[in-house]
Amino acid sequence: MNQLGFPILSLMLAVPTAAAIACLYLSDGAARRLALAATLVDFALGILLWVTFQQGAGAPQWQFQEYLPLFGERFAWALGIDGIALMLIMLSVFLMPICILASWTSVNKRVPEYMAAFLLVEVLMIGTFAAQDLFLFYIFFEAGLIPMYLIIGIWGGARRIYASYKFFLYTLLGSVLMLIAMLWMSNDAGTTFIPDLLTHDFPAGAQTWLWLAFFASFAVKVPMWPVHTWLPDAHVEAPTAGSVILAGVLLKLGGYGFIRFSIPMFPEASSALVWVVLALSGIAVVYTSLVALVQADMKKLIAYSSVAHMAIVTIGLFAFNRQGLEGAMIVMLSHGLVSGALFLCVGVIYDRLHTREIAQYGGLSNTMPRYALLFLLFTMASVGLPGTSGFVGEFLSLMGAWQVSTVATAVCTTGIILGAAYALYLYWRIAFGTARTEGAAAMADLNAREAVSLSAIAAVVLWMGIYPESFLAPMRQDIGTIVARTERARPRFDPAFAAGKAAHMPAQAEAHH
Amino acid sequence: MNYAYNLIVALPEVILAVGGIALMMAAAFAGDNHTRGISGAAVTLLVGAAVFALDPQGTGFDGLYVSDTFSAFAKVLIYGAAAVAVLLAPDYFERNGGRLRAEYPVLVLLSSVGAGMMVSAADLLTLYVGLELQSLSSYVLASFMRRDARSAEAGLKYFVLGALASGILLYGIALLYGFTGTTRFDGIAERFAGPTVSTGLLFGLVFALAGVAFKIAAVPFHMWTPDVYEGAPTPVTALFASAQKVAAVALMLRLTVEAMGPAFESWRQIVIFSALASIVLGAVAAIGQTNIKRLLAYSSINNIGFALIGLAAVQPGQPDGVSAVMTYMAIYTVMTLGAFLVILQMKGPDGRNVETIASLSGLSRTSPGLAAALAVFMFSLAGIPPLLGFWSKFVVFDAAVRAGLWPLAAIGIAASVIGAYYYLKIVKTMYFDEPAPAFERVDNKVEGGLIALSALAMSPLGYFLIPALGVASVNAARALF
Repeated sequence: MNQLGFPILSLMLAVPTAAAIACLYLSDGAARRLALAATLVDFALGILLWVTFQQGAGAPQWQFQEYLPLFGERFAWALGIDGIALMLIMLSVFLMPICILASWTSVNKRVPEYMAAFLLVEVLMIGTFAAQDLFLFYIFFEAGLIPMYLIIGIWGGARRIYASYKFFLYTLLGSVLMLIAMLWMSNDAGTTFIPDLLTHDFPAGAQTWLWLAFFASFAVKVPMWPVHTWLPDAHVEAPTAGSVILAGVLLKLGGYGFIRFSIPMFPEASSALVWVVLALSGIAVVYTSLVALVQADMKKLIAYSSVAHMAIVTIGLFAFNRQGLEGAMIVMLSHGLVSGALFLCVGVIYDRLHTREIAQYGGLSNTMPRYALLFLLFTMASVGLPGTSGFVGEFLSLMGAWQVSTVATAVCTTGIILGAAYALYLYWRIAFGTARTEGAAAMADLNAREAVSLSAIAAVVLWMGIYPESFLAPMRQDIGTIVARTERARPRFDPAFAAGKAAHMPAQAEAHH
Repeated sequence: MNYAYNLIVALPEVILAVGGIALMMAAAFAGDNHTRGISGAAVTLLVGAAVFALDPQGTGFDGLYVSDTFSAFAKVLIYGAAAVAVLLAPDYFERNGGRLRAEYPVLVLLSSVGAGMMVSAADLLTLYVGLELQSLSSYVLASFMRRDARSAEAGLKYFVLGALASGILLYGIALLYGFTGTTRFDGIAERFAGPTVSTGLLFGLVFALAGVAFKIAAVPFHMWTPDVYEGAPTPVTALFASAQKVAAVALMLRLTVEAMGPAFESWRQIVIFSALASIVLGAVAAIGQTNIKRLLAYSSINNIGFALIGLAAVQPGQPDGVSAVMTYMAIYTVMTLGAFLVILQMKGPDGRNVETIASLSGLSRTSPGLAAALAVFMFSLAGIPPLLGFWSKFVVFDAAVRAGLWPLAAIGIAASVIGAYYYLKIVKTMYFDEPAPAFERVDNKVEGGLIALSALAMSPLGYFLIPALGVASVNAARALF
């Protein structure tokens, strides 16, 4: 079966499912504790998964595979992961206990249902990353809408109903066309097994349509400009933990979709339409960074910064080379941690002052030194300071993208500067100077629960910044497979620097050959 | 021997017809005090008929009547749904104006006989007789609360428009008979198989399809649906939305595939238009509704549109489309019956049923189980995975894509997002809004059990039913080819 002898992926899905059902029948306190226990168990299983995952030359590409033909001919219960899925599963199981801790005291209405909804989100996220059947993937991918709709709508802020509708309908409209494309693909290839589809060559004429259908879905999920407008609404209205999970993991479903489906399955279409991605990403980086600069609401600012960071992911993904893909994956992981942590930082002070307006704060470094320190670290990681995870990812992404389009890369690089501007400006207004309101001056520093959550993320951010090899090693082989697969369609290097012509070479060099 | 064999072919309907007549006598002599006993007997008859329907016997009555796996599949759904509609009625009528009269179960039985004949018809006249028997019982059932103006109005509207539709259908039948010289489906198919289809035959095809489209409430013959669904007593609406729909859709499949199969390119255009129009109208018109029964009426129009996408995918020798439609109808029946069961639990302070969507406000806090069940049905009707309603949409779109109709599938599925909006609105009312006065508790164990059962079937657990459902619907579909 696998190196562990038991179906670990199914178990990772079963634990939160069982806990979610049990939560509904428990009291508030017991539901919180059970949810925390279940997410910690899943985290422990995740660590086991990582430790036993075989990497390096000769390791099988797909590991921990399970296959049960439970659902008739059309699709099967097929699970299995490669290094890319492993890293994203790790991100999910790492953030989940932190989300539960973040809602420990701030959510106090309908707690059992809240915990059940979060555990279901965890099941669906892990399922999406682990699914090896096209339609099983779609079911997990799409089903995540239901618990997120309820989380935003029940526990959200003032405009929660508008935000929940927008989130649901926007992402649904994006995904349904992908289903039709999947049906066409499964008929053309005669299989729904993703590893087989990855080696199937779809006709080049159809690839464009299929690519566009998948793009509609993943571009909304990522989100890319101009279909990003659901994101600020959903982020602002969602409860803190909801924003963390949205920014931390759900946005990664879009990036995962690109790297798992769009690029390796439709290499010709990806190459032909790479300009769409580059143009949209370039616009997104500059435009949303500028929008972020003028926000008065902290959550909205971070939400717009997410769009900008995810645009760096998309240009990295469509660079068709190792640096770009590896960089995009690291940006995804890094952004999951950093933006999650930033939303937690907002949550910490929101719980104390109940406003997200930046103008209400100020001078927090005087009264909340521990908070200010961690917030600074995450701000710097968001800016991409060397030594933090943000730098590694953004550098690799942009370096990869340079080999496809120097113009797009130059535009996107300005995003780094703009990113520094809005992030530092935010930090300055919140942490430095003097408190603008009495409430802000009287806030207590981090308590133990908050300190543990934020420190845990901080440790990983530094680890990824200082020794990214731990995170790159499991993915190396899989990214190599994708690069080899897309080699035939690789776009031309746009400055087209040619090697020196023979005429300019010294005559002796010719003679030596 | 021959005659006995004919009766065995039609055994389920014979059981229901004889039982129905016997119960009618019982109702006449025993009176309304024994309604519950008569209802119990009717349910037993329906279950018995469903069991006998499981064993297809072949063709009888000189080719007028056929009992095959296709009719078996449809009859199990029809009789099951009719049994539920009988079970629900006594409590509903007692709450809303007087004891249920004993004729109700008898009328449901007769309507079921008609529905059974419809799906077993192999001849235009069997078809017409079955349809009329089913319709006449339905008109009476729609106006069964005769002191209620809305119910009377529903019955009258249904009758007038239904009679018109019957006329159109009959005209189509006459044309088909006139231009082919036969009323048998196989004979008509032979004439359609020729190199050219005459104009007269085409007219016959269009009129016959129009008559049937009225029965399935497909756009543009849907106008009666919202008024009748809203006005009719809720158990009757449940019957219309489930058993009657299944019968009419099965009839349409048999008519198009068996009688007009070779001319599939001619009726495909009609079906495609009707499918897309039903999906869009059913979705858009439902948005502004405040009455939940009216909303479900538009939802049923919307759902018929999706079922018709499966029909559009039918080609000679390709049973995919038919099996997809049958799977769709099976899942749809359970979803819609579940939704109506929940609506029956919506009781105001005076014990009478309420039907406004606003009265569902905050249901998730006043009765979480009921709210969860209705949320399951709503998300399922919207076709959101991991609920089983997704699977019903999946199979029809799969059939359409296989038939090369991927643009139709893409437009249809994009329009389904509009429909998702109003299903979400119900979930929003139950989960996000402040609680309205609570409903009385579910006091009927049968209804509570049925709600739980159908919600479980629509939950992700229902996916384990897919292999069985797939085999059954493919077997049913093969019978037509």
